[in-house]
Amino acid sequence: MSASEPTTQPAAEGRAGWAWRPYALTLPALILLAAVIGYPLLTIVLRSLSEPEWGVQNYVWFFGAPINLTVLQRTFAISAWVTLVCVVCAYPYAYLMTAVGPRVRLMLVLCVLIPFWVSGVVRTLSWVILLQDSGVINSLLRSVGFSGVRLIRTQTGVVIGMAQVLLPFMILPLYSVMKGIDLRLMRAAESLGARPSRAFFTVYLPLSLPGVYAGAMIVFILALGFYITPALLGGPRSTMLSTLVQNQVLSLLQWGRGGAMGVVLLVATFVLLALAAPVMRSRHREAGRR
Amino acid sequence: MEMKPLTRVLLGLVCLLVAIWLVAPTLVVVPMSFNANKSLAFPPQGFSWQWYQNFATNPEWSTSFLNSLKVASIVAVLATVLGTLAAFGLDRMKARPANLLRMLMLTPMVVPGVVLAIGIYAVYLDTKLVGTLLGFVLAHTILALPFVLIAVSANLEVFDRRLETAAASLGAGALTTFRTVTLPLILPGILSGLLFAFATSFDEIVVSLFITNPYLKTLPVQIFASITRDADPTVAAVGTILLFATTILIGGGMLLLGRERKGRL
Repeated sequence: MSASEPTTQPAAEGRAGWAWRPYALTLPALILLAAVIGYPLLTIVLRSLSEPEWGVQNYVWFFGAPINLTVLQRTFAISAWVTLVCVVCAYPYAYLMTAVGPRVRLMLVLCVLIPFWVSGVVRTLSWVILLQDSGVINSLLRSVGFSGVRLIRTQTGVVIGMAQVLLPFMILPLYSVMKGIDLRLMRAAESLGARPSRAFFTVYLPLSLPGVYAGAMIVFILALGFYITPALLGGPRSTMLSTLVQNQVLSLLQWGRGGAMGVVLLVATFVLLALAAPVMRSRHREAGRR
Repeated sequence: MEMKPLTRVLLGLVCLLVAIWLVAPTLVVVPMSFNANKSLAFPPQGFSWQWYQNFATNPEWSTSFLNSLKVASIVAVLATVLGTLAAFGLDRMKARPANLLRMLMLTPMVVPGVVLAIGIYAVYLDTKLVGTLLGFVLAHTILALPFVLIAVSANLEVFDRRLETAAASLGAGALTTFRTVTLPLILPGILSGLLFAFATSFDEIVVSLFITNPYLKTLPVQIFASITRDADPTVAAVGTILLFATTILIGGGMLLLGRERKGRL
């Protein structure tokens, strides 16, 4: 460890010359990251700009064709629906997790985690079985008088399947925030004369919003890039952007166009992440302070 | 908070429905796997073991299962080593570069699967890695790395570094300190990282669908192909086997942990 080693670490650390060592430890992971994530993504960006020739023609094509815009809009709409369904279902569930005893809580946690025990593809298969026209759900609906409801190969079916896969990502952050809410605040509000519903809307709900926001962002971002569930549960009228990308590249061998679509999806994802990051970071800091 | 009985009942009911919605699709494969007919229509008819037999004897299924085991085992070790090293590095860096590098290393979790898949596919076509063991291992390792990083980092955060100083002051070398003090204390994080990495690789489908070829298929690729091709209940049998294997593993782990904790008290 020569003294000429440029170090920013003050000697107070006791091993000033070793400041480069942490960086060396991360190097193998960073090299792999550059080779298997960085380089491929760069390849896609370059292809979107260079195939069949240099220019932005692929992006002009993407934003010029109504069918693409329809799919783009639908991708956002489906993701928004999935997020909404997740929020509505996860909120009472996470709340109950904070309100029950340890035994029931363990049961509730298990119900959230059990879906992870089965491979994602198999879970989607289960939804194919359940949602098909002769499936359980349709039989149930028929027995209560709703006949001819189509679920598989429709947008509704895709939303049901995707929301079930993504629900844990909503429940867990929501629960971690709700767990930290001091319930005495509610009692205080009620002792000051607020009705339970008013206490809930003015005290509890605002305090739980960071959890809703974090969970909703995660679910929405993950939903945007979904591929397997829409591919198996959806039909031609519920195609999402991922399927279009796959189609351009594998079936039509249009690397430029597929690449441009991929870049659009990637940019949308990162813009949303950038929007979400400051809020989540401040929440993290608060949690650290506690 | 005090709730009216009606609110309480309603809340319980809603949560019961959500719980059913979460769990029922996981269990549907179990009755389907004993179907006597070659169909995926619910409810299943009759009873037979033939789909389990098919899984065990049909080379398409057994080979892809073994491939998945092989890939996931290598990935688990590789991702755990790389991820643990990186977690240590980040832990000992100054906050600003550490946060930046951590964010960079977590990107595989948020990049949309298909975008990553076409990128890797493009590179693999050029480098002749499509349908190779090395190709699968590299792609899965980078996807598994964030999970190891998160698990080990969480453990390092609560690890008291003064223990290392204490060991060093008592004359232990860097390697001895690591082996006898640091490693045993962060082992839970490393082990859960290993488990997550294995599961990530074993379950990976989107990138795998692109970089697969007839010579090398993993189990999820085979399942996907089977679902899109015909209604073969063998997939249900595979799903049931995986469900039971995971249940036994997790249940066993919980029992062991519980016993250990009790033993200590």
